[in-house]
Amino acid sequence: MSDRACLVLEDGSVWEGRALGARASAAGEVVFNTSMTGYQQILTDPSYGGQIVMPTYPLIGNYGINAEDAESRRIQVRAFIVREHCAEPSHYQSRETVHDYLAAQGIPGIADVDTRAITRKLRERGVMMGMVTSEHSPGEALELLKQAPPYQGTDYVREVSAKEPYEWTATARGPGAERHIVVLDMGVKYNILRILRAKGCRVTVVPAWTPAGDLLGRKPDGVLLSPGPGDPALLGYAIETVRGVLGRVPVLGICLGHQITAHALGGKTYKLKFGHRGGNHPVRDNATGLVHITAQNHGFTVDGDSLPRALEVSHVSLNDGTVEGMTHREIPLMTIQYHSEASPGPLDNVAIFDRFLDMVCGASKARV
Amino acid sequence: MPTEKPKKVLVIGSGPIVIGQAAEFDYAGTQACKALREEGVISVLVNSNPATIMTDEGIADVVYIEPLTVDVIERIIQREKPDGLLPTLGGQTGLNLAVELANAGILEKYNIRLLGTSLSAIQKAEDRDLFKKTMEEIGEPVVESETVTTYADAERVARRLGLPVVIRPAFTLGGTGGGIPTTWEEFRAIAKGGLEASPIGQVLVERSLVGWKEIEYEVMRDGAGNCITVCNMENMDPMGVHTGDSIVVAPSQTLTDHEYQMLRTASLKIIRALGIEGGCNVQLALAPHPAVGLPQQGGRAYAVIEVNPRVSRSSALASKATGYPIARVAAKIAVGKRLDEIPNAVTGKTLASFEPALDYCVVKIPRWPFDKFAAGDRRLGTQMKATGEVMAIDRSFEGALQKAVRSLEDGGKSILWEDPQWLDHGALRMDRLPLFANDRRLWAMLTALRRDVDPGEITRATGIDPWFVSKLLGIVRMERRLLKEPLSPALLREAKRMGFSDGSIGTLADRLPEQVRELRHEWSILPAYKMVDTCAAEFAAVTPYFYSTYEQENEAVPDDTAKALVIGSGPIRIGQGIEFDYCSVHAAWALRECGVQSIMVNSNPETVSTDFDTSSRLYFEPLDEEKVRDILENETTGKSPPPTCVQYGGQTAINLARPLSRRGMPILGSGEEAVHIASDRKEFENFCSRLGIPQPPGAGVLTQEEGHAVAERIGYPVLVRPSYVLGGRAMEIVYNDGDLERYLREAMEIGGGHPVLIDKYLEGREVELDAVSDGEQVLIPGIMEHIERAGVHSGDAMCVYPGITLTPAERDAMVDYAQRIGIALGFKGLLNVQFVVMPPAEDGAPAVYVIEVNPRSSRTVPFLSKVTGIPMVKIATKVMLGQSLRQQGYEGGLYPARPLVAVKAPVFSMSKLAGVDTYLGPEMKSTGEVMGVDFTFNAALAKAILASGMMLLPGAGVLLSIADRDKPRAVPMVRRLAELGAPLYATDGTAAMIASLGIKATVLTRKLDEGHPNVVDVIQDGTVKAVVNTASGGRTVLRDGFHIRRAAVERRIPCFTSLETARAAVNSAANGMRGVSILPMPEYLKGPRG
Repeated sequence: MSDRACLVLEDGSVWEGRALGARASAAGEVVFNTSMTGYQQILTDPSYGGQIVMPTYPLIGNYGINAEDAESRRIQVRAFIVREHCAEPSHYQSRETVHDYLAAQGIPGIADVDTRAITRKLRERGVMMGMVTSEHSPGEALELLKQAPPYQGTDYVREVSAKEPYEWTATARGPGAERHIVVLDMGVKYNILRILRAKGCRVTVVPAWTPAGDLLGRKPDGVLLSPGPGDPALLGYAIETVRGVLGRVPVLGICLGHQITAHALGGKTYKLKFGHRGGNHPVRDNATGLVHITAQNHGFTVDGDSLPRALEVSHVSLNDGTVEGMTHREIPLMTIQYHSEASPGPLDNVAIFDRFLDMVCGASKARV
Repeated sequence: MPTEKPKKVLVIGSGPIVIGQAAEFDYAGTQACKALREEGVISVLVNSNPATIMTDEGIADVVYIEPLTVDVIERIIQREKPDGLLPTLGGQTGLNLAVELANAGILEKYNIRLLGTSLSAIQKAEDRDLFKKTMEEIGEPVVESETVTTYADAERVARRLGLPVVIRPAFTLGGTGGGIPTTWEEFRAIAKGGLEASPIGQVLVERSLVGWKEIEYEVMRDGAGNCITVCNMENMDPMGVHTGDSIVVAPSQTLTDHEYQMLRTASLKIIRALGIEGGCNVQLALAPHPAVGLPQQGGRAYAVIEVNPRVSRSSALASKATGYPIARVAAKIAVGKRLDEIPNAVTGKTLASFEPALDYCVVKIPRWPFDKFAAGDRRLGTQMKATGEVMAIDRSFEGALQKAVRSLEDGGKSILWEDPQWLDHGALRMDRLPLFANDRRLWAMLTALRRDVDPGEITRATGIDPWFVSKLLGIVRMERRLLKEPLSPALLREAKRMGFSDGSIGTLADRLPEQVRELRHEWSILPAYKMVDTCAAEFAAVTPYFYSTYEQENEAVPDDTAKALVIGSGPIRIGQGIEFDYCSVHAAWALRECGVQSIMVNSNPETVSTDFDTSSRLYFEPLDEEKVRDILENETTGKSPPPTCVQYGGQTAINLARPLSRRGMPILGSGEEAVHIASDRKEFENFCSRLGIPQPPGAGVLTQEEGHAVAERIGYPVLVRPSYVLGGRAMEIVYNDGDLERYLREAMEIGGGHPVLIDKYLEGREVELDAVSDGEQVLIPGIMEHIERAGVHSGDAMCVYPGITLTPAERDAMVDYAQRIGIALGFKGLLNVQFVVMPPAEDGAPAVYVIEVNPRSSRTVPFLSKVTGIPMVKIATKVMLGQSLRQQGYEGGLYPARPLVAVKAPVFSMSKLAGVDTYLGPEMKSTGEVMGVDFTFNAALAKAILASGMMLLPGAGVLLSIADRDKPRAVPMVRRLAELGAPLYATDGTAAMIASLGIKATVLTRKLDEGHPNVVDVIQDGTVKAVVNTASGGRTVLRDGFHIRRAAVERRIPCFTSLETARAAVNSAANGMRGVSILPMPEYLKGPRG
């Protein structure tokens, strides 16, 4: 078998490089991420379901793959594109190389391609479908790509969500381990669960299609709507659940959770040209006027003009002015488009969870 | 709270270039002044360094070139009445002065606000105890340590912690006076030295974290409390080596996201706790394994080492590495702007409140002065020794590292260099291999890897992370492939991607560099240029700042317009300082003014020339033939490549004249031919004699016999130097046959068949001039006379504009010679001519000899441009573009002298370089310069003496040890010292001479083992506060005074090795600062009032 691989893009462009990971083929929407660290978290982030991810940072795999940094139970990206893969990682936690990790899970990749040129193309023309293969010629790959299911229009949440409810049982460190948070799993990252648990919550994870009644039946003190992949408009079932939950318990929506909340309250979302993916996105908190550096990973965004009066835009992106967070004037609800759980990315916004828990505690006091 | 915007702000510069404080503060200050102007704030700048861009017309609103002392600045404050002071852009010098002004009550008295960073923030960051307390309050781990003010306490702490410990003196720059003693003997020396070095007599004794990773974050915060990190950097050399002496990569390479974010969060917490409004640098140590964590911090795996509450060398590096202009943003924050109100000038769309994303790897390598100071101690520790640095950018670590090595210009030392002493008949001698921290460690590691030393062993010996060692091993593996395999397109491409130069590939694959280049063209293996855009291509950027890499897409598409390349001067090193960056910047500006696109090429991250808005296009690249030709080819749109300016970037640029012309690349202005005539001894001699210009007698020789014959003919002393090496490299004055024999033997060993030049050493007055020639006329803005007699390198001499002792006839002769040279060469550009003037002949005819012609801009161009008001680089660049002097409104000949006197004085960094002799001779030793300007010679001299730190303390003891031949000339100075009431100490012969004048002097022995007090004792115990030590004759005589001079340098007291300098200092001490003016620069040009 040759060690060559190629990436073909929907526009017909072909990028040849060295095969990485599994000798296989995979199609998906090609997106770039500007984080300089955290490739393992990115690989395992369920929000990348259906996508081929390309870090813009050229040196990938320097500190290997470890047992601590996975954000879900498996690699979630369809394929991985890097400028340079590190075959000899160095870190005391490292257990294997990125190549071995990808190969073991059957995920193909490609190295030694001009990732900056591809990034510039995606920036100019918008994200597009692509295929990474070490099995087919570029011509064959372009044909196969035409037959691949389009990213837009596919529900990847069904694929990445937990199939059965479970409790996150890692040791709680925080005070008062009595608040019960139910997480609607549309592609949750472990770090959200870790943080909630560390702050002393009881954490139950339920599938994305759990009806509101079932969810409320678990007597949550608060509900967290998780991030996840794809177009929120396709998730009628989850939007329905959110409608049933809003106003009954305090709710925190993150990323996809933020977007389906907008839908649940009558708002709309639309697809961005090339999305926000990276750890350096400035967001202004309208309440304080302060700017926070956030981790982001989304291709869709909430249309600010579509929002009902009851929803208030609480955060905006400084880069393009898009909606980055909402609060509700009447019911206990806050949502953010960015990833306060970081992992990867800056830890500047972990306090969002405290604000949510304050809301949860306030609400349960009111009930008493 | 939004800060109220000040109206007029005083900016303090960093003064002369010294080790630990180089061109980065010219860059920072220049950016800050421009930013203040954009904000509508009037800037008043004070700096003593004339070679800076910041002190130019048009940068700050009001410019003072005056000594940086509290008294001087108070007078400026009285005159200008600023309402704000920006203390954070002038390095440690600026910061310390701001603190002194505050402590002296001056800021309060004149109602001046400290902008950006409060006094309490400065103190919290700089005072070790306060810093530790602050860190403990916010729960950030610090290294266990104690601050002490006595040696006894230092030893008590060290006994408790156990050796090795780190000693850090408070308030010194570049870690001066610190160290990591591993034995008690070393501990005593370093602890005592550190207590001395600290202006407040305080040192920190700290647990050693040798072997931990050293990581830095550049952090910004605005008045509203918004915080960002600009980037992080990882030192390849682990803790224990000063970050200024470390090889540094950006971003960090071996940190997981968890570690990266943990340290980032700590850095943000720290800048908030200190309340800094602007930029700050946080240095942290990270345990390579949690098992090494600090037990007393509950196993936390990192510790905060240090915070610089100001713009620093690291922030200049971070600015160039990311494209984020830290100093500019810091200045705007200081006058009240918020991060989200400042646009990102690179993208033009986004704002300054974001964090740059890099899609390349940056490597910085320090440039050490050991090529000049072979006797210096090459070990690296907490005291910085590098004079400058280079940076390189590529898409791989190997590529960036190799490009950085190529940028060092350290005697042609390539990545393949090995010291023959490390080998024994080709076999590695591990016992001789310097794997400890030293300037050659990179090459030592590669040497070991080439001989199959286990990478693990290298990590154990150096503490360098296995990731870096593995990358070096990758380079070695490629070397092996190039040695063994036939050179195929695939192999060549891979080698180029790893940064191998055509030269190195040629060496390994047995081809000439030019053949490798031809193969590359044949196989289309050409560099692509990528943009530094702050955002990893996420947004379109508008600043054309490029680096090369071997990849698919080329973003530097050439414009089809008039353009020219300006070759910068590379890293700051002794002999090639900030002056050449000044010239490069002005060349770029002049080109733009003439409607020609300026394309800057440079490798030095500290400079104004590598600021993205200095030129129309910036290539951050090594300044070697291959890279410059690549750029020229990339920029070619029509038939021929754009022309190149080689006259501005010092020796680096002029050295490219020949290779470029040989390849048919056009040179702007005169180039190769003039260089050849000026550098080839024989050619130059013929040239001068044709023109009837006298030169000191001499000849080039190839053998001992020839050498001795020449010496006999012309008579000792003689000046000897290798041919075709300019700038005083390995030049010596030889007084006898024995020394001549030794010199010739050594020179012929290294010289490789090139002749050695022997010239009569004329001990006259040395004079130099800079001129602009258009081939028909030669404009001479001014003449500068050296205070020291010939024999001291012109870069180390004090010089006076206009001359003070020259007769009109001598002046006319020099002007005439310079004009004849310029016209005979048909020279277009800048010309520097150096003369020796001997006493006139009996008939009064002047005795002027030409000793050197430099067909390029010289070190004195910024000085002369400023004191004459003639923008020499601009005029020269226009000449090169075809505008004659006359068309520009200038006439040939000597420009009328301005009604002012300016004295340029050298500044040295000797206290940081153990083992180096400070005796001044034909080899240059200074790192920087200051200027004193006033209406009288005495006032200008006093200012220069004060600004360069040579002012004598009134009534303090002076040690004299004067060579016999200097004794008669020393008499007036000795009398003057006695009149000033200075207690005199002297070695026996000198004491006898002093006694013969009827003046009392204490006799001291120069033998260190023959009783006390000896010459070194009185220096060390502070009895004397200045030393005058002159010597005559060869090396043996010099050796005798070595201990005296080193002791003086280490005690940081003035040490004069030339009688003329000493006399100038004594006169200045006598005159004091009486009658000294303090005025903005343009006022001096206008002349004294009334």
